[in-house]
Amino acid sequence: MSWLETFRTGVQAIMSHRLRSALTMLGILIGIAAVILTVGLGEGASAQVSSEIQSLGTNLLTVTPGSSTSTGGVRGGLGSATSLTAADATALANKKDCPDVAAVAPVSSRSTVLVAGATNWTTSVSGSTPGWLTVHSRSLLEGNFFTQDDIVKANPVMVLGATTAVELFGSRDPIGQSVSVGTETYTVEGVLNSIGSSSTSGTSQDDLAIVPISTFQQQLAFGLTRTSVSSIVIQATSKNTLSAAYQEVQDELLALHGATSPLAANFTITTQTQALSTATSVDHTLTILLAGIAAISLLVGGIGVMNIMLVSVTERVREIGLRKALGATPSIIRRQFMVEASVLGLAGGLIGVLLGLGGAIGLPHLISNPIVISPSAAVAAIVVSLAIGLGFGVYPASRAARMAPIDALRSE
Amino acid sequence: MPEAEPPTQAVPAVSAYEGAEPETVAPTEVFPLHPPEPGSASPSLDEVFDHAPTAGTTRGAGSGHGRPIIELVDVRKVYSAGSLSVEALRGVSLSIEEGEFVAVIGPSGSGKSTLMHILGCLDVPTSGSFHLSGQDVSHMSETELAHIRNQRIGFVFQGFHLLPSMAAWRNVELPLSYAAVSRAERRERAIAALRRVGLGERIEHRPGELSGGQQQRVAVARALVTDPDVVLADEPTGNLDTASTEEILGLFSDLHRAGRTVVLITHEPEVAAVASRVIRVRDGQVTEAPPRELSLV
Repeated sequence: MSWLETFRTGVQAIMSHRLRSALTMLGILIGIAAVILTVGLGEGASAQVSSEIQSLGTNLLTVTPGSSTSTGGVRGGLGSATSLTAADATALANKKDCPDVAAVAPVSSRSTVLVAGATNWTTSVSGSTPGWLTVHSRSLLEGNFFTQDDIVKANPVMVLGATTAVELFGSRDPIGQSVSVGTETYTVEGVLNSIGSSSTSGTSQDDLAIVPISTFQQQLAFGLTRTSVSSIVIQATSKNTLSAAYQEVQDELLALHGATSPLAANFTITTQTQALSTATSVDHTLTILLAGIAAISLLVGGIGVMNIMLVSVTERVREIGLRKALGATPSIIRRQFMVEASVLGLAGGLIGVLLGLGGAIGLPHLISNPIVISPSAAVAAIVVSLAIGLGFGVYPASRAARMAPIDALRSE
Repeated sequence: MPEAEPPTQAVPAVSAYEGAEPETVAPTEVFPLHPPEPGSASPSLDEVFDHAPTAGTTRGAGSGHGRPIIELVDVRKVYSAGSLSVEALRGVSLSIEEGEFVAVIGPSGSGKSTLMHILGCLDVPTSGSFHLSGQDVSHMSETELAHIRNQRIGFVFQGFHLLPSMAAWRNVELPLSYAAVSRAERRERAIAALRRVGLGERIEHRPGELSGGQQQRVAVARALVTDPDVVLADEPTGNLDTASTEEILGLFSDLHRAGRTVVLITHEPEVAAVASRVIRVRDGQVTEAPPRELSLV
């Protein structure tokens, strides 16, 4: 008996017990749909996070002072060291030494109170350069960003985030208004476009104020940090030149700091990829957990298949006996029941995938989370459902195959 | 089933051999007479139903031709369950020749069913030997026995044993599907077999749409479709009314006249009376009984 024919016989047997077959499939179906949806939810969350991280600026390298070793030890206090300076940033912006670097923005920040008239508002004030706008892929709602000239002259000018502007000035136009920090007064030059809050850090990217780095160092920084910067953000010319830019930045900084090998570096360079993997690893853990629960429901579905196949074998003793009397060998009988079980599993899997896809289209309208269906997950789900059918079909099929023809025929 | 049965004129074709030649004494051949040819070319439709003789032999209706199809020598069958063991067959020796129409008769519990299971290769003897068409089948594996049943034996059961979800022709072609016969040929042969038993108009009917007699005729067609060495009928009329019983027994007589070897297992003397030879089973042993003495059974 050919495989095609065995398949046909199996489908026939399934179709002759429609309700029972449908209920059996239901177990697999729900399991597969659950797997598809949970994995889709996880993927959706990951995709959301990575798109957020990418929106922070693409092709970015971030240089921070100090360095950490792979064993977890920290040399020179990561982030607290003062080994990076604005001069480093200027050197990195040199096209001759670092041809793959597109933009450089040194950043120093502190949290402080801004005062505008009778209103005050605590926010993060950063000192940077015009490159900040480029590396963070930000744009202005109104006014202008400060210029290189402002940096050279250390002018008291300020650019506000959208939220900060509203908090300080309400509906008034903030451009040209004055903001005080301590004893210093700054003129608002521009307001940034709103980009919403980051789900990774939980902080609003619209609540901030930017001043020229020179102004920051002179008026806002304390002590040692007066000459240093807390980080340098570098944008590579493209995604493909990111690793080249990494190398150039590392070589340049090692040379500037008089270090001989990367191991002796007193700075750390991180890429967006690293940030991304850190952020998505949490989502992955969650996805694995949810998929694990869904997998258990699949297991239960598989046991359902086995149960039904056992019932089917018992119920069809006469048919098995007849087929054996007519010349079906034990292996043909085994194959027939295996095919039946795997068709049940496969059909459940296919319908489950369809249901999962339907859910992926429908659910985001009800809940805010996006669901991303990966084709590989769908294919894997189908393969798994087939494997479940086969795996849980082995025992019932062997029982049918082992049945003695006379015992099978005798049962009336 | 209110549906009227078709007239029992059934059997249109009569064997070309029937009565054509006088019965000849079979040449003294040495066993095994003809080795099994499982892979031999599929027989033509005429051959299927009129069981063409193998080269070198002639045949006619009536009795055997000296070529044993079934040879049992001192067959014993013991069923044991725990410490209890029952000897169902106690040394049965039996020979059935090609073309014979044999009835095996005996009351229930006589070992008749056990004998039928062994003759049908559904079970193997505990001891003794069983040659089917010259082939020793007494120590075969389950898979080998399945092939033997498929190629050499056509079963007709008391309870018809048709698959209810399949049309008549699908039921008939079932044994061919285990013999790796192409789909087209299977259908052709199944339909021809149904015509042979007078059901040419009902090939697409399901068993539930047929009367008991018609269902049993479908079962007979299924037994014939593989061109078996022997048709083994186990109480084929046990579930049938008188009219259908006569119809089915008439069919077996036709098969016999066409040269088929038929073994009929029954407990009813009037059913056994249609056979040309009767074997009585009692207490696990067999005795020959001429048909005319059957009324005394």
